[in-house]
Amino acid sequence: MAKVPIRVKVNGVEHSTEVEPRLLLVHLLRENFRLTGTHIGCDTSHCGACTVVMDGRAIKSCTAFAVQANGREITTVEGLEQNGQLHPLQEGFFQEHGLQCGYCTPGMLMTGYAFLGTNKNPSDDEIRHAISGNLCRCTGYVNIVKAYQFAAQKLRDGGAQQ
Amino acid sequence: MTPRTSPEIGGMGHSVKRKEDPRFIRGQGNYVDDVVLPDMLYLDIVRSPYAHATIKSIDTAKALAIPGVLAVITGKDLEQYKLHWMPTLMSDTQMVLPVDKVMYQAQEVAAVLATDRYIAADGVDAVEVDYDPLPVVVDPKKALLPDAPVLRTDKPDKKDNHIWHWEWGNRETTDQLFRDAEVTVKEDIYIPRIHVSSIETCGCVAHFDKVKGKLTVWMTTQAPHAIRTVFALVAGHVGLSEEKIQIISPDIGGGFGGKVPVYPGYVIAVAASVLTGKPVKWIEDRMENLQADSFARDYHITAELAGNKDGKLTALRIKTLADHGYTDAAANPSKFPAGLFHICTGSYDLKAAHVEVDGVYTNKPPGGIAYRCSFRVTEAVHTIERMADVMAHQIGMDPAEFRMKNFIKPEQFPYKSALDWEYDSGNYAGALKLAMDRIGYDALRKEQIEKRARGELMGIGISSFTEIVGAGPSKHFDILGIKMFDSAEIRVHPTGKVLARFGTKSQGQGHETTYAQIIAEELGFPVDNVLVEEGDTDTAPYGLGTYASRSTPVAAAACAVACRKIKDKARKIAAYLLEAHEDDLDWEPGKFFVKGSPDRAKTIQEISLAAYTNHPPGMEAGLEAINYYDPPNLTYPFGSYICVVDIDSGTGEVKVRRFVAVDDCGNIINPMIVEGQIHGGLTMGLGPALYEEIQYDDSGNILQGSFMNYLVPTAVETPNWETDKTCTPSPHHPLGAKGVGESATVGAPAAIVNAVVDALWHLGVRHIDIPITSAKVWKLLREKGVSE
Repeated sequence: MAKVPIRVKVNGVEHSTEVEPRLLLVHLLRENFRLTGTHIGCDTSHCGACTVVMDGRAIKSCTAFAVQANGREITTVEGLEQNGQLHPLQEGFFQEHGLQCGYCTPGMLMTGYAFLGTNKNPSDDEIRHAISGNLCRCTGYVNIVKAYQFAAQKLRDGGAQQ
Repeated sequence: MTPRTSPEIGGMGHSVKRKEDPRFIRGQGNYVDDVVLPDMLYLDIVRSPYAHATIKSIDTAKALAIPGVLAVITGKDLEQYKLHWMPTLMSDTQMVLPVDKVMYQAQEVAAVLATDRYIAADGVDAVEVDYDPLPVVVDPKKALLPDAPVLRTDKPDKKDNHIWHWEWGNRETTDQLFRDAEVTVKEDIYIPRIHVSSIETCGCVAHFDKVKGKLTVWMTTQAPHAIRTVFALVAGHVGLSEEKIQIISPDIGGGFGGKVPVYPGYVIAVAASVLTGKPVKWIEDRMENLQADSFARDYHITAELAGNKDGKLTALRIKTLADHGYTDAAANPSKFPAGLFHICTGSYDLKAAHVEVDGVYTNKPPGGIAYRCSFRVTEAVHTIERMADVMAHQIGMDPAEFRMKNFIKPEQFPYKSALDWEYDSGNYAGALKLAMDRIGYDALRKEQIEKRARGELMGIGISSFTEIVGAGPSKHFDILGIKMFDSAEIRVHPTGKVLARFGTKSQGQGHETTYAQIIAEELGFPVDNVLVEEGDTDTAPYGLGTYASRSTPVAAAACAVACRKIKDKARKIAAYLLEAHEDDLDWEPGKFFVKGSPDRAKTIQEISLAAYTNHPPGMEAGLEAINYYDPPNLTYPFGSYICVVDIDSGTGEVKVRRFVAVDDCGNIINPMIVEGQIHGGLTMGLGPALYEEIQYDDSGNILQGSFMNYLVPTAVETPNWETDKTCTPSPHHPLGAKGVGESATVGAPAAIVNAVVDALWHLGVRHIDIPITSAKVWKLLREKGVSE
């Protein structure tokens, strides 16, 4: 199949490559760029394990083509930690026991990264709706909500810039 | 329980932050699909659109013409090596790939091997299979009718679809108690087929090194050691030898029982790697996972309870049809075809009970694995907790008072149940009392009366469950003859740091943290100085794996015993170093000291160094121990859950307003992790109670084959769980601990159903099968004239 050239910035790094038009964004990230933190759970955009942030919006990379990322900027879970400093969401998940098997965690973190960028002071209910496109089988969500609140508080206190 | 150790040591009772989290929150976990090897090939699977059909032909020419497709493997290819069938853990047989017919929709039919996962998928599309459909049997009751087509024609002597009959208890006494009873109640309860749907699907990377003759398989398995032995037994005749098989369970994205069985995809990938000498990756997609991997439940139960008008129960009688699909590929201990279903007398002091189960074949994928429960315990608990409520309502007694009247009392432990289990410890009334206080039970009952007067539907449901976990004592528990022990191997390095390896495998339970805490508790090494490893059969001691809440009851016990062996040696070394008699030494976490002279002490780190540099003459150097723990009994965690629901009389929607869960799992290793397990377990109880079900139409088509219609609870449906605990240690476990990972999944559904039926009982509703969907309730409300 003929390949198409794309340029995409991932976690601040410019990549130029050629891809088949049918290549999914999640496979571009995981297999071409070896950023395996983004996971695949369903292929149908239900589970959210593949969530990444593209130009500030959380998207499900299992149902986006790599070519759709051409000229765009993507942040994955690997891009959250800056200069050895965990993002407040990462800290929140650690402190509040917001993860167990860890498989949905990158998607949960990236949904939160976009969400807390637009909602600085969310209610628990708003958080629950924000993560309703991210499935978790282990935690029962209670501690994920707490982890988001931990991060929101820390971001309000100036702990880190989005 | 107040921790015995300091927070720096971090022994039992401390909510130590998890040691596995730093890699997971950075996206640095290593799950099976993250494993990439040079020259790796990809395997994808052609699946049957029919639930029952003869395969007339498989045309692979178009697939093989696609550049990058290297091979299409069929049942006939595997038949040459006698690998087209494999044994199941229940001594039945299962197809790896079919030679002549398929038995369920989505069954593996052929496998395409290609250089790339996209090309493999192209190959799957290009394989042409010609089928001749056969009559389909999806209903286990119809499967037993005399005119039903016999499904297992591969078994020459098989003349029907009945697999086995199993019964337990005293039939005569039970029947007599029913004849003598003042009150009896009877219900048909269907517990539907459901699927664990861990967010990571199943898969493997198989790598056969032709030069070394060694097979390494990275695979999503909860039981790597047992899998290694199964591979050696199944494929020994083609040259796989157990010392040259290495199974590696990397990080696993949730298991819940779904990653115990050996699926055909694993075997095909191994065969493909052995044939090509190249690494082969096979990763299911979600629909394959939902449609073809083993399922749980599917029990058609008829239950009866007998008792007196004053509310005292006397006897329980149960008959069940177990729909196993086309093969019995359950993962039960071999002596228990219906698992531990005979825990169905629950928390109640009964005079007698009798339970019968019949296994049946249908045109469905294999069923009968667990869904976050210990071998049919959920089916048992759901039945007794539903029936307890039916009986309480029938005689007009409050369900809480009814339970209090029938509970086994604390002074009766160890308690021999009517079905022969020896419950280790319990205080059932204590847990229920705490749950009632926490939720404000009396006030809720008053509110319910007021609301009912206004026509509003509100219900309160209780579930006071008793689990049975920690399989199991070698006398009764084995899988294919291998006893169900588990193991710990602990090595103390000269600088006082520890490497510990286990026969279990965490899938999110946090073993790297909790096992380290046990070592910290027993030996005083700071938890930060303990490295826990599991899941590599080349390095870890043999164990039966992690499922059925057995890691704490069995492997954690092995860990404690291994620690105590090390401590015995450490005491001798300390005595030598302190020039004292070992009987004159006292221990506090982290050091031995001479009785009455706390200054004359040797820390565990000093002792560790001495074990390699200055150990007593005649003593072996080193400081390590291994233990294979054979538990004397199972552990019996318990709890009381109370759920409050509001039902929308217009739409039938059930809203869980509050849910209080009081659990008792004995002594707790890490309270934070235990609470997390309860939260997750409750959510996996909520799902089947209200949303999750796998159904088939009459042609055997699966109706919930993707997340579009198999409804896993999201954060919006899930309530803010409220948890609390009591502590009744296990008398036989070295740490006084019990398993806990599945308690909530086992106990929660009955509390939710009991709450819904409690809201509707005055309308004449006695029972509703799970899942209690809005549509089901709406229909009932219309029948009862409540809704228009």
